[in-house]
Amino acid sequence: MKIKRIYSVTVENRSGVLAKVSGLFARRSFNIDSLAVGETHDPTVSNMTIVSSGDERTLEQIEKQLNKKLDVIKVKTFAESQCVTRELMLMKVKYNKNNRREIMEICEVMGADIVDMSLHYMMIQICDDPDKIRLLIDMFKSISIVEVARTGSLALSKCCENE
Amino acid sequence: MIGSDIIIKCLEEEGVKYVFGYPGVAICPFYNSILESDIKTVLVRTEQNAAHMASGLARITGKPGVCAVTSGPGATNIITGIATAFADSIPLVVFTGQVNSELLGSDVFQEADITGAAESFVKYSYLVREASELPRIIKEAFHIANTGRKGPVLIDIPFDVQNTQVSRFKYPDEVSLRTYKPTVKGNVAQIKKVIKELENARKPIICAGGGVLLSEAENDLRSFVEAHAIPVVTTMMGIGVMPTDHPLYFGMVGNNGKAYANKAMNDADLVMMVGARVADRAISQPDLITKDKVLVHIDVDPAEIGKNAVSSIPLVGDAKAIFKELSESEFEADYDEWVTSLDEQKASYKSSRKPSGAYVDPAAFIRKLSEKMEDNAIYVADVGQNQIWSCANAIVRKGRFLTSGGMGTMGYSIPAALGAKLADPGRQVVAVCGDGSFQMSMMELATFVQSGVQAKIVVISNGYLGMVREYQHYAYKDNYSVVDLSGSPDLEKLVSAYGFDYMRLERNDEAGKVIDMFLKDEKNVLLECIVDPMDLVKD
Repeated sequence: MKIKRIYSVTVENRSGVLAKVSGLFARRSFNIDSLAVGETHDPTVSNMTIVSSGDERTLEQIEKQLNKKLDVIKVKTFAESQCVTRELMLMKVKYNKNNRREIMEICEVMGADIVDMSLHYMMIQICDDPDKIRLLIDMFKSISIVEVARTGSLALSKCCENE
Repeated sequence: MIGSDIIIKCLEEEGVKYVFGYPGVAICPFYNSILESDIKTVLVRTEQNAAHMASGLARITGKPGVCAVTSGPGATNIITGIATAFADSIPLVVFTGQVNSELLGSDVFQEADITGAAESFVKYSYLVREASELPRIIKEAFHIANTGRKGPVLIDIPFDVQNTQVSRFKYPDEVSLRTYKPTVKGNVAQIKKVIKELENARKPIICAGGGVLLSEAENDLRSFVEAHAIPVVTTMMGIGVMPTDHPLYFGMVGNNGKAYANKAMNDADLVMMVGARVADRAISQPDLITKDKVLVHIDVDPAEIGKNAVSSIPLVGDAKAIFKELSESEFEADYDEWVTSLDEQKASYKSSRKPSGAYVDPAAFIRKLSEKMEDNAIYVADVGQNQIWSCANAIVRKGRFLTSGGMGTMGYSIPAALGAKLADPGRQVVAVCGDGSFQMSMMELATFVQSGVQAKIVVISNGYLGMVREYQHYAYKDNYSVVDLSGSPDLEKLVSAYGFDYMRLERNDEAGKVIDMFLKDEKNVLLECIVDPMDLVKD
């Protein structure tokens, strides 16, 4: 059975580390559903949020193989329910005077913002959990999506007093 | 002092005695600086063999073997050797020259992205940007290569970095790596569980892999099993953990192993895998070692535990430390009945081989050769039918059995034997290969001559790539494709050109006499054994 898991991986902030980590997934046929990388408050450390899926044994192997990489400092894993996940999406849509009102209403309901506009196009921004983002894409499928850019999920485990 | 002087000073600090390699412009500063040092260089005839020689040396000394080759083709040629070492967890430190830093990425002459290309075959790799980083990097490289699960480390050094002036040299006393702290000691709770299971077990067995030899835990394992009369089988890489004539040793497992060794694994109620990966050639059906039995998996690499078989008791740690911990726990158990039943199965085993008599029977020959070899001799087997015959028949007492188990790299035995002989010149070292694998490494005969290392090489000659021919015999009903070795040289003429003695054996009845001459010969010597081209490895 396929289970979804989120890996929050702190790594040395050096050139080539992303290639080593993504190469590991490719070589061992592990899935990458999404991958987001950025520097942390410590400039020598980067954080990678990797969303993957597979059976329990594969997910355990992913964690062990990540831990084996010498550039990996720490691997934390969690199910979606144990963490706060956020993803940013920018979406360009084509509009006309008939659906402009509808688009604005959807954005309002979904908590999305219109961040750029021209005569026939507008750009919508949403920052939310991945389910909401999927929902927004679905809502716009009947309208007219021109382009989509997504960051992939970021995740941190939920706050807990004894951290 | 320049960067390359620093590298050599670091190698001296590490106690390196030999560097195997092949120069080119990009590694010339290194080979110029080494002239000032007592470290000896061995010029190989193709770079792949530098890694195999370093591997042979590492496996005997227990310290990383060192290679240095040039950029581009030098670096890409050594990849197979690095991958071979990686598959068998052999510690190497490999230096590659690289084009000038400012030219990196511009596809200039002899530029290859070697750290990228070798990524999946190295434990770690470095591309050095500043000469001042060299001491730290080299210190780390030796530490990483030879701790935890051992393996090759690659250091790629641009030409300008080797030539950079450095004002001072200080070799770090220790490494500080926040991401790398291998577990050595076993978890106490897990050790207790293992002891409890051993107490409950009636039919336990230990399957020892190459990890036991890598952690130099043979004696610890032997005293543990002798104290409790626990039978032992090994994987191919574990051959030599137990003397082959030890009453508690029941042979090699796997699809080319002894039937009674595999049966013992299947019949056991507790299997302790130690330093073995549960890979397909040793354990073709991982389910069978977990079904109806307790699987204890001991490995220094946590990722190996649970990868191919789900264990009941995972135990991460170094085999030597763990056997020490296990030995300190007392427990009562009586496995006599089990050992007796295994003895009976072993005794009743009859080989199905029917040697024709018109040729040398490789099985009988290898038994006789290894029996006549010195007690602590090193037997280096190549890859192919010769390897399987060697595994099934070689007698190992206090010596070692080296082969390329994980990668199965043909041509391994000749260079590895050279490295092993350099590691311990007083020991007898014999390389046993086929006529296919011999031709993959025969250029290294010159290296033996040049470096003054004595060569003792046996070629099991059948005019075929025998292992593949055998596969085609079964899988394609004797429709042979690209396995006929016609065109091979006259080995007598060939080795004579290198000043070697040549001996030839065509029938087993002369084997004893010829083997004596071969082992006594003080010159470089090659013994060719003519075996039946249609012979099979079936035991």
